[in-house]
Amino acid sequence: MLFAAMAGHAVAATPALVPYRIEGDAIPASLAPDPGDPLRGRELISGRDGNCLLCHAVAETGVRFMGDIAPPLSGVGARLSEGQLRLRIVDSSRLNPETVMPSYYKVDGLVRVAPAWRGKPVLTAQQIEDVIVYLKTLK
Amino acid sequence: MLTLSAVAAEAPRPQPKSGIEYAGGDVRALQADDFGNPGMLWVARGEKLWSAPAGRSGKSCAGCHRDAPTTMKGVATRYPRRDVGGGELLNLEGRINQCREQRQGADVLRYESEELLALTAYVAHQSRGMPVNVEINDANRVNFERGRDTYYRRQGQMNLACTHCHEQNAGRKLLADTISEGHGNAYPVYRLEWQSAGSLHRRLRACFFGVRAEQPAAGSAELVDLELYLASRARGLQVETPGVRR
Ligand code: HEC
Ligand code: HEC
Ligand code: HEC
Repeated sequence: MLFAAMAGHAVAATPALVPYRIEGDAIPASLAPDPGDPLRGRELISGRDGNCLLCHAVAETGVRFMGDIAPPLSGVGARLSEGQLRLRIVDSSRLNPETVMPSYYKVDGLVRVAPAWRGKPVLTAQQIEDVIVYLKTLK
Repeated sequence: MLTLSAVAAEAPRPQPKSGIEYAGGDVRALQADDFGNPGMLWVARGEKLWSAPAGRSGKSCAGCHRDAPTTMKGVATRYPRRDVGGGELLNLEGRINQCREQRQGADVLRYESEELLALTAYVAHQSRGMPVNVEINDANRVNFERGRDTYYRRQGQMNLACTHCHEQNAGRKLLADTISEGHGNAYPVYRLEWQSAGSLHRRLRACFFGVRAEQPAAGSAELVDLELYLASRARGLQVETPGVRR
């Protein structure tokens, strides 16, 4: 199983990124010193920075137009732990190499990134924690 | 990505569906109505330009090509195309500019200029209702392969390839947009969001921008190669120029 092979696997730090450790199918430890803020997280998932609603529906946001490329995130806070959510947002391709879900905290292995975004992850470590805390409220 | 593109190239694809079939009823009605379709304004401008003398030759397009509905009929179905005597792969815009430069002795028209959009729309409109029919042969196979590689290459900060949206998720919603199969058979189109007609390359650049990738220039060899690959996927679809999109 893919997850088992990755147990205890440490990811080398890229200068811009906080290093993290994958255990099983999760990144157990927070990436940021401060706790996440669910209100900021809610804004991030529907705003331009996170833009999760491009692909996922989250009924709780009350947003009119949402994508249906990916499974709805309603109830995801009950299904997945914080650590599991963290790995799925940081780098879903570790669980499914063919995934359509972008890696939100990754800068290497990407090609032809537009200059404005080059060398930068989609979300900062703090923003990822904000999103996780918000998703945990979806039960 | 190599293995993925090799497999996809061989797997038989179902009959392609035009972008208009994924559009809402209002957009479909607008495209179908020649009096309401704003793209017809560009076709009409193109018709005027067709008989306007230009450049050192003082010749108009009509001076050599006569009656476009006869001489330009079916031309767009075969583009992008490489000259018989070699030369670069040209899409319609490139071919029109080649005539401007070499036959009329006039300046090339800027990509996305009103004049180039109008002439392209006018020429392509003469093939409306005819099936896209590009031929992949020894002369353009390298272009086709480069285009296919671009189609299956993940790129940009979002790390997505054309296939992830237009092949794997056609019919699904990306926020408010219904994703189509990404064909070019209706271009140039009038896009409500642009409040203008626009070229296929403008649309392609928007897709590159959407995944936060470097945008190749309109008219660049990379986009013409991609256009050829898209045309090969669209074979059998009718030319719809001028299309309407939201
Ligand atoms: C381009 C489309 C796309 C975007 C944008 C996207 N996702 Fe996903 N996401 C997916 C897909 C597809 C899956 C299903 C798993 C897979 O295919 O790998 C998924 C899976 C997930 C899962 C696991 C769901 C479960 O029930 O197991 C979570 C959590 C998730 N996404 C969160 C997010 C968050 C948070 C964002 C925004 C920061 C986001 N996604 C943006 C496509 C996307
Ligand atoms: C002086 C004569 C002349 C003028 C003026 C001229 N062309 Fe051409 N054009 C040609 C010739 C000759 C060809 C065929 C070249 C070939 O096939 O190698 C051609 C080819 C084309 C083709 C490709 C046809 C095909 O079957 O592939 C298009 C499209 C075209 N011209 C559009 C235009 C437009 C639009 C204008 C005005 C802006 C224009 N031409 C002005 C001589 C002319
Ligand atoms: C993240 C998803 C996504 C990716 C990746 C993407 N596109 Fe698009 N594309 C769209 C959306 C949304 C539209 C507008 C709705 C439609 O017509 O499909 C669109 C429109 C188009 C159209 C216009 C179709 C029409 O009928 O008007 C073409 C052609 C196209 N894309 C080609 C491409 C190519 C080639 C690539 C790869 C370089 C690409 N797209 C990558 C989402 C995407």
